[in-house]
Amino acid sequence: MWTESPPFAKRCAIMTKTTNSPNSYRNQPDERGHFGEFGGRYVAETLMPLILDLEKHYRAAQSDPAFAEEFDDLLANYVGRPSPLYYAEGLTEEVRKDAPEGKGAQIWFKRDELNHTGAHKINNCIGQILLAKRMGKTRIIAETGAGQHGVATATVCARFGFPCTIFMGATDIERQKPNIFRMRLLGAEVVPVTSGSATLKDAMNEALRHWVAHVHDTFYIIGTAAGPHPYPELVRDFQSVIGKEARAQMLERIDRLPDLLVAAIGGGSNAIGLFHPFLDDPEVKMLGVEAAGHGLDKEHAASLAGGGPGILHGNKTYLLQDEDGQIDEAHSISAGLDYPGIGPEHSWLKESGRVDYDSVTDIEALDAFQLLCRTEGIIPALEPSHAIAAVTREAVKMDREQIILANLCGRGDKDIFTVAEALGTEI
Amino acid sequence: MTRLSQSFPADRAALVAFVTGGDPTPADTGTILDALVEGGADIIELGMPFTDPMADGPSIQEANIRSLNAGTKTADILTIATEFRERHPNTPLVLMGYANPMTIRGPEWFADACVAAGVDGVICVDIPVEEDDSLGDALRAKEVAVIRLATPTTDAKRLPSILNNASGFLYYVSVAGITGLQQAAQASIEEAVARLKAGTDLPVAVGFGVRTPEQAADISRVADGVVVGSAIVEIIGKYGKDAGPHVRDYVKSLSDAIRSAR
Ligand SMILES: Cc1ncc(COP(=O)(O)O)c(C=O)c1O
Repeated sequence: MWTESPPFAKRCAIMTKTTNSPNSYRNQPDERGHFGEFGGRYVAETLMPLILDLEKHYRAAQSDPAFAEEFDDLLANYVGRPSPLYYAEGLTEEVRKDAPEGKGAQIWFKRDELNHTGAHKINNCIGQILLAKRMGKTRIIAETGAGQHGVATATVCARFGFPCTIFMGATDIERQKPNIFRMRLLGAEVVPVTSGSATLKDAMNEALRHWVAHVHDTFYIIGTAAGPHPYPELVRDFQSVIGKEARAQMLERIDRLPDLLVAAIGGGSNAIGLFHPFLDDPEVKMLGVEAAGHGLDKEHAASLAGGGPGILHGNKTYLLQDEDGQIDEAHSISAGLDYPGIGPEHSWLKESGRVDYDSVTDIEALDAFQLLCRTEGIIPALEPSHAIAAVTREAVKMDREQIILANLCGRGDKDIFTVAEALGTEI
Repeated sequence: MTRLSQSFPADRAALVAFVTGGDPTPADTGTILDALVEGGADIIELGMPFTDPMADGPSIQEANIRSLNAGTKTADILTIATEFRERHPNTPLVLMGYANPMTIRGPEWFADACVAAGVDGVICVDIPVEEDDSLGDALRAKEVAVIRLATPTTDAKRLPSILNNASGFLYYVSVAGITGLQQAAQASIEEAVARLKAGTDLPVAVGFGVRTPEQAADISRVADGVVVGSAIVEIIGKYGKDAGPHVRDYVKSLSDAIRSAR
């Protein structure tokens, strides 16, 4: 059935043209890159010509069947797509033990943790490296939080022979050591960023600073569905393979769509990738899960729940900030969610009411992490552990016939040191 | 706005001096601004501190951190501007900074605050013409100058859109990069200024990487203004509260060089 799904270029055409009906949630952004009042291109003038050029090349790629063909081929044979759709019977039964009579929805997972490099990040990196090649760029930079996007970027750079520089907050380097080593093995240079809070937002600042000074030869592979237009759109399009596959797999396996989609949100790329192809299916509800860290009244990373609209990193979106617009430091046990902003399309989907957003604390995520290990024999990353915690919360409220589909967007190998420390175990 | 257009003398280039407001503390900025004027600065650029100064190099990043750590609020920056206006009724003052602190209370609020504080113009680093409606309209409605940036990557096709609706002066960022690091070659500056002046009657000021009186003099022979920032901010970083006289002497060395250049 995978060969029957339309090729990438055609799918993009569907996305950008046919859906321009007033009743669609899939026709964003507008030609200026705005999702309602969010998104846009808030960058220094030096970068403006470059992102206009990127958009031009992206439009050309969207209508070039050769681009789609290469993208699809790499996803199939290098990344290992389609990723399985899995009914998590063990977790479902475990959750049903605590559920009221007749309650306890079926829990299904989209297994993007089985991708090459262990997370969904690679889908986007394949798309962007092909764009970099098209544009004739000769070096790649990226920011990374958990290191998953850094590893995925280093991977595609090794595969396509690009020199690669990864900016990573010094704090994150400390808590994601295995990924630093992986990036270096893959030939990438990892630059520690010590400014600000030395986490993901500062890594992004430093990547932007580097980019303005190297505009002519350098392509910036942004790792989430945020940043200046056209990044939120193109990252979403590349990640939408998740939702397109899942939708087709559901229909093929059980001939119906899920009742609820759940995904964790850092910048929002795995979530928008899962959600977007379902946005015009009104019977499918969606829940994005932000990181509540130590709690929403303490340090957290839930910009929709605890922030307000503002401008950072090239786009207007919900941010954690004070009344003067100074950006607050985020906190999450999960480095991949530890960001004080969110992709602009999520800000718009929240305000439009199409998607619900909730949050999960560090402790709840740690519990869900262990629960999945024990009930399914799957060690999840801390990022999707947030989604799993929300799934268990929702499942007990839903009927047994109902179906929850969650994005298992990363595996937990990178997190075992963090988890061991949180559990007070030495390894 | 009139203050701004009158501050570019016919017979020499204007000296535009940047410091970060609230660095090292809000209480010290007034003295430092006075030192800029005493040293011969024609136009003051007062930086609004931001937690995430994406277009700035290490010197101005650190100035932002010093200022925010001292507790500087937007209200302090506006107070600094208001008091400067009382002391120096004729010296134009421009606020420079990032979109979020400028727009967080709405563009109209910010435009009104600029008027109330006697601010003549605004330079916003991360609002390109494509997003002008998020701040520019409100400023123009209150006759606060919207000062545009042109860079080495701004090509001939794009330039007219930047000049359209620009006011005050045109700021040519002479290097593709962040503040404070390298300086552009004189030949490339000359070529760029000629190109820009062919498209606008606004004065053209050139900045990024200008450090020495010699560099300032060279640029002043071809441009209407010379912008110096990081080098002043570094003096404040070194001397802190006592930076005033050092800032004044340094700015005077730039000003003397510019005055004798043509
Ligand atoms: C496994 C995993 N999931 C989720 C995220 C968060 O990013 P996004 O919200 O863009 O999917 C990350 C980021 O590093 C990640 O590694």
